[in-house]
Amino acid sequence: MSFASDARAPADSLFRRNLRAFAANRLAFGSAIVVLIFVVMAVFAPWIAPHDPAATDLFRRLQPPAWMEGGDWAFPLGCDALGRDILSRIIYGARISIFIGVAVILVATVVGILAGLAAGYLRGWVDIVISRIVDILLGFPYLIFAIGLMAMMGPGLANIILVMAYKEWVIPCRVVRGETLAVRELEYVEAARAVGASDRHIMLREILPNILSPVLVVATIRMADVIILEAALSFLGLGVQPPTASWGAMVADGRAFILESWWVSTFPGVAILLLVLAINVASQGLRDAFDPRFSE
Amino acid sequence: MSVTRLIERLLQLVPVLLGVSVIVFVMMALTPGDPVEIMIGDQLVTPEQEERMRRDLGLDRPMVERYFVFLGNALQFDFGTSFYHRRPVSDVIIERLPATIELTLMAMIIALVTAIPLGVLAAVKKNSIFDRIATVGSLLGVSLPGFWFGILLLMLFAVQLNLLPVAGRVAYEHGVTVRPITHFLLIDSLIQGQFAAFRNALAHIILPAITLGLPMTAILMRVTRTAMLEVLRADYITFAEAKGLNRQRILWRHALKNALIPTVTVAAMETGSLLGGNMIVETVFGWPGLGRLVVESIFVRNYPLVQAAVLLYAVTYVLLNFLADILYTVLNPRVKL
Repeated sequence: MSFASDARAPADSLFRRNLRAFAANRLAFGSAIVVLIFVVMAVFAPWIAPHDPAATDLFRRLQPPAWMEGGDWAFPLGCDALGRDILSRIIYGARISIFIGVAVILVATVVGILAGLAAGYLRGWVDIVISRIVDILLGFPYLIFAIGLMAMMGPGLANIILVMAYKEWVIPCRVVRGETLAVRELEYVEAARAVGASDRHIMLREILPNILSPVLVVATIRMADVIILEAALSFLGLGVQPPTASWGAMVADGRAFILESWWVSTFPGVAILLLVLAINVASQGLRDAFDPRFSE
Repeated sequence: MSVTRLIERLLQLVPVLLGVSVIVFVMMALTPGDPVEIMIGDQLVTPEQEERMRRDLGLDRPMVERYFVFLGNALQFDFGTSFYHRRPVSDVIIERLPATIELTLMAMIIALVTAIPLGVLAAVKKNSIFDRIATVGSLLGVSLPGFWFGILLLMLFAVQLNLLPVAGRVAYEHGVTVRPITHFLLIDSLIQGQFAAFRNALAHIILPAITLGLPMTAILMRVTRTAMLEVLRADYITFAEAKGLNRQRILWRHALKNALIPTVTVAAMETGSLLGGNMIVETVFGWPGLGRLVVESIFVRNYPLVQAAVLLYAVTYVLLNFLADILYTVLNPRVKL
């Protein structure tokens, strides 16, 4: 944190105190560890996965999980309709979910911060234009917007990230705008203006560091929704295309076999649920620690 | 809320709705591949015929002009022809709409009747085991991917226990006997006294409605709990208690009435997000509604239908949010928008 190291000492200790408060919340801290495990799984997938996620073996078609009759501990969670190892595909699928989640939130947060700062600090026509665009984008239910655009742009990794970022930036933008409006008249901003600091300096160096906490909290909260949304798009066949393993598409693949092979759909769904739940719990803990206004 | 304020808020909707229509139009314009080529498919046509089709569709006109034609037509509920059905898009949509509305309403009802009592109980028994379970439950509710939860329900209730049907809206033999009056199967079968058909339709709708309503249930429960906690701290509740009024009466009459204000508002807003959930849930359960039609249309490149549906969903969403706003002010006179 750049602002933790400079002369504003109170910001430093506040940040550390908040971090300690977060670590003391055992449930939230544990969830953060779960998220971390998923991240490690994604990054080191080639070393962790027992099999090649794309390797098909028709002799293992719909092979049940290891503990069931006909199972094999070399393929602990069983195999899908093409005889691919479900566990390996889940491990590789974590890459897609996490990469898309992080990429969308990163792009959206950067764009949202810039737009929100401009709208909240500069006001005037800049604010009007940005706020109007925000209102219009809020006029679309998220999934409908994404489905409509994906249908037009075609599936693919880059397109998913773009489509979700087109809508996602609105959320950090509104937060940043509101926070900026709240602090723009405070003494330290006045002081910076009085000594002749440029608008850019005031926005990025004075205001931004002081409103960063709520923005980061919102970013983590939104991550969970973005991951579910990506899974939903993949489930509908509008996401990352086969043979790349993605959790949503794996659930969809299993739909045809729910009569006899429940494991094909079930396990990828468990992975989505675990990751999303862990992010949700951890982000609630972050919010309680960093944004006391929200704590009950 | 004063009438002028209401009119002002209504006028604010206009630029938003116009912006929405521009985005939907641009979505179509961005589409790779030419609609005429899609329509032709693998039929043999001369370049002159192709040129004429292009002119008939107005595709040779400048973009801005095409937008205004699109807008004008949309205002008259004319969205062109569905290539796939060879019928007007609006007819196809209207045909599918009742099933979607019926499912959405059912999901809302389920969400409201479970979320409100659970939220009140969680607030009253704050920090009890029940409250903890409810909290975990609501976190699960917002974290469960709907498409997966739906499949789990199917595997359990339709496949394993064989209690409920796997897909569709009603069994064929019942579907043909119920005359469409309101086009809502549950109501139509009931008013015609066809109770077997009603039971069958209910069995079909229950799993998709639960799946669709789950996130809404989770959110409404949280909102009710928070609002109830707030209300229970208010002076007039203490006063009512001091007067010696019956505890249950205070809870369900005095407190709940005020605690419901945010619940109702959020319910109206969340109904909008049910619209998106419809596409997923209808796909999972083979529900013959608009959502599934849209998803299918994407894969057959039936773009006019996708465009019309996206516009319809967005407009409904904007109007629902507007309604939520109004509702909030009407219910809560202290708030001035």
